[in-house]
Amino acid sequence: MFDRRLVQHFDWVLLALALVLEAIGILTLYSAVNASAHVADLTGPVYLKQTYWFGMGIAAMVAMFLFNYKWLHRWGGAAYAFSVGLLLAVAFAGKEVSGSQRWLVVGSLSFQPSEIVKIAVVIVLARYFSDRCSEEGFTLKSLWKPLVWTLVPFILIARQPDLGTGLVVLLIAGSMTLFVKIERRSMICLTGVGVFVCSVAWFFLKEYQKQRISAFWNPETDPLGAGYHVIQSKIAVGSGMVLGKGFLKGTQNALSFLPEQHTDFIFSVLAEEWGFLGSAVVVTLYLLLIIWGLSIAMRSKEPFGTILAVGITSMVFWQAVINVGMALGLLPVVGVTLPLISYGGSSLVATMLGIGILMNISMRRFMFKD
Amino acid sequence: MNHTYLKTVDSDWYKQRLSGTLICVFAVFLVLLARLYYLQVVKGAEFRRQSQNNCVRLQSIPPARGLIFDRNGVLMVDNRPSFSVSIVLEDAKNPKEVLLRLAEFLGEEPQPMLSKLDGARGYPSFKPILLKRDLSRDSVAVVEAHKLDLPGIFITIEPMRHYVEGKRASHLIGYLSEISEEQLKSGRFPHNRSGDFIGKFGVEKSCESFFHGEPGTRQVQVNALGQVTRVLETVQTVPGENVYLTLDLELQRKTEEMFAEKVGAAVAMDPSNGHILAMVSSPAFDPNAFVEGMTFEEWNKLAANEFHPMGNKAIQGQYPPGSTYKIVTTIAGLEEGVINEDTKFYCPGYYRCGNRTFRCWKRGGHGSVDIIDALAQSCDVFFFQLGEKLGVDRLARYATSCGLGMSTEIKLDNEAPALVPSSAWKLRKIGVPWQAGETLSVAIGQGFNLVTPIQMVSLVAAVANGGTRYKPLVVGRIRGVDGSLVKVGAAEPVGKLAASDKTLELLRRGLVDAVNRREGTGWIARVRGVEVAGKTGTAQVVSMEKDHEGKPLESIPFRLRDHAWFVAFAPAEAPRIAVAVLVEHGGHGSSAAGPIAREMIKTYLGI
Repeated sequence: MFDRRLVQHFDWVLLALALVLEAIGILTLYSAVNASAHVADLTGPVYLKQTYWFGMGIAAMVAMFLFNYKWLHRWGGAAYAFSVGLLLAVAFAGKEVSGSQRWLVVGSLSFQPSEIVKIAVVIVLARYFSDRCSEEGFTLKSLWKPLVWTLVPFILIARQPDLGTGLVVLLIAGSMTLFVKIERRSMICLTGVGVFVCSVAWFFLKEYQKQRISAFWNPETDPLGAGYHVIQSKIAVGSGMVLGKGFLKGTQNALSFLPEQHTDFIFSVLAEEWGFLGSAVVVTLYLLLIIWGLSIAMRSKEPFGTILAVGITSMVFWQAVINVGMALGLLPVVGVTLPLISYGGSSLVATMLGIGILMNISMRRFMFKD
Repeated sequence: MNHTYLKTVDSDWYKQRLSGTLICVFAVFLVLLARLYYLQVVKGAEFRRQSQNNCVRLQSIPPARGLIFDRNGVLMVDNRPSFSVSIVLEDAKNPKEVLLRLAEFLGEEPQPMLSKLDGARGYPSFKPILLKRDLSRDSVAVVEAHKLDLPGIFITIEPMRHYVEGKRASHLIGYLSEISEEQLKSGRFPHNRSGDFIGKFGVEKSCESFFHGEPGTRQVQVNALGQVTRVLETVQTVPGENVYLTLDLELQRKTEEMFAEKVGAAVAMDPSNGHILAMVSSPAFDPNAFVEGMTFEEWNKLAANEFHPMGNKAIQGQYPPGSTYKIVTTIAGLEEGVINEDTKFYCPGYYRCGNRTFRCWKRGGHGSVDIIDALAQSCDVFFFQLGEKLGVDRLARYATSCGLGMSTEIKLDNEAPALVPSSAWKLRKIGVPWQAGETLSVAIGQGFNLVTPIQMVSLVAAVANGGTRYKPLVVGRIRGVDGSLVKVGAAEPVGKLAASDKTLELLRRGLVDAVNRREGTGWIARVRGVEVAGKTGTAQVVSMEKDHEGKPLESIPFRLRDHAWFVAFAPAEAPRIAVAVLVEHGGHGSSAAGPIAREMIKTYLGI
């Protein structure tokens, strides 16, 4: 089983990209919490915790490329059932933190199953699509199963409530479906339904979620609440100018103008301290990571690997774009982590799992050559 | 897998899909990079300036606390504007130096303000730290005049609690104090932040959830000195809800006047619904002192006062009931059939039980008396014999049905349950069996038994209204700022006296005679034109030493003088008010407490 070719084909580029982003993340976290004492009081030295979680992430990544990813094709259903089971456990026995029930506590460890579910959804969808792909694309009739597989975790996550993560699950599933092509008439039909569902969903959103969205369209309506975060974040990013204020010198962050500066608004901290130069580099690193993910999809010689790689890449893509877009005032404020940089053990481990799967696909592409 | 794959799509198809995807990804990232360029390069200088000035600040606006009115809508507690001075460390640059300068301008010691600075260590540096509340107008003028020398210092106006009537009804209304760190952490006060005042006692505490309101916020632009140059946006505060007490301010005022220089408590209740019309505990305290700030010495003086001004004697004070307890003994005797309206006992002025002699308060004796005479003249010998026949445990049962020995469930803190003694209680508590002679003392309210004024007024009100005990209510209604009714204090029956209508009728006749017959002990409390029913009580504090007996009150040391009780209701036929008055060490019930009860009744009935 252990082929010498596996080592030859090891994806050093992917590993390097992940390590560099993670290193930037820990440095930024150090600055984010070091500068304002009250966050450190609340959470302890989060950059140390993050380093420790990173160790777990590396282990998860290694575990993910040791076996042939085709096993995921076989065991995907079980993995999916297991992670949805975890979500159900959260609903009934989860830990509540500031109004949201998102965490499962095992011993001294607490984690968010919603992060793992994203990977599981990618696996089951990849399996389903790769078995049935055709040039005409999928019709509505053939899409109901993936729809159910997506909506079940989405509803469970959204009612925690964690709209951000729920939305990411929808976006991943949507991107994968679009990638494998939807039949034309079905597409028109889906668009109509989507518009309808969105307008209905508005009535079911919690008040604070509505506020955030309307504040995004018009920050002036709520300059003291949700709009305040956007304004302060834009000031933080903008004030970094070209070269930034320097490491540990961000003032917006230090003065606690930024909310959630170690999770949702970590990019603002980074942009303030490293300026356009630094933040453009980070954005470009994400772009490279995504291009590399798509190239792995392209180089894979069989559909399951291709679609799996597209799914995982889309997860990184959406989280990065939503998080950065939010910090730049382009998108409404929803709680989505910046992969590898935001504080959060579950998110980090889930991303590293994904990277591990990408490596797996990348390493084993030669197996289908002959 | 490969098999199906080849049949449907080939790898070129995937390549084509992937290139499409790649184009989308590039497009999105181009937008992100363009936005970064716009914010950081094009607009960078502007945002840098904004962040340097830190020009946008959030200020919290404290809401006005709900007001307190009496039952007729007369304002008792409101809020007055008060000036506070705070500092924002970020703007002060050198806070210590600024504070020393500020102290000099105000002509004060800098130490208290400097210690506030130490207390706020670890605080975000843009958040204001409160230095001093309730500045005088002169001080405000001085600070404003030296604005430029005091960077980071600013003055805010906030509502401060103002007790219009000072000490009036202070025990019922209560007071505020600054929220503690533990309370903030407990999560029970989500509306409050550090430095807020919350109710700590009385109605201020029990109605806290109605009073607090919602704070507002103000987004302001400040200059480099931290002074507000422009108000950008304001979210208005929501004022708290207004509380209308059941209190009658006129009656409260009169009662407090009668208690000047006296120690004790008085409660008046509407017998038809349990509304508290007046509640006095003397001496009182000034709740304004708590919001204005007390020095350590002032607080010590208040706490160490031997007459306990901080305690509400009307609900916390536990006193022997004296002869007012004969009401309970009467109910028990009639209901148990030990006596009826025709039963007569002979009073020679003393009663022998075992080898002890129990004396009637009237040395010469009352002669042959029935229950009505016995109540009217408070004949001890009659009740000695009645009590002896009843036994302590039957008495205890009736006392409990009268609501004694337990909380009246009034919504105020620290209510004392007081005590109804029984043989089982004594054995458990003291470990000695009950003695027959002790029953005699209990029957005239002189043994182990203890009652609170609020229990006695509830009992008398029940006698007045035909036997229903109501929960004492202090809040009549709560209204929103717009006048909408939020809550109404509806009458809540909590129990029935174990007494038939006939028993109550006899009891009432005895109590009417006590006030309206010349030989009645409550003659002093009669009111022309209204039939008052009442009962005196003189409760010995220590068993009176021989050498004090018969001496004028003034010659007895204060602490050894008897407590004086008077309970009453009026008009006897259609009662509108029930009162219980206790004067600590006041001497005789009739002379010390009777006149207070009389004036309360007269005031309330408008005579």
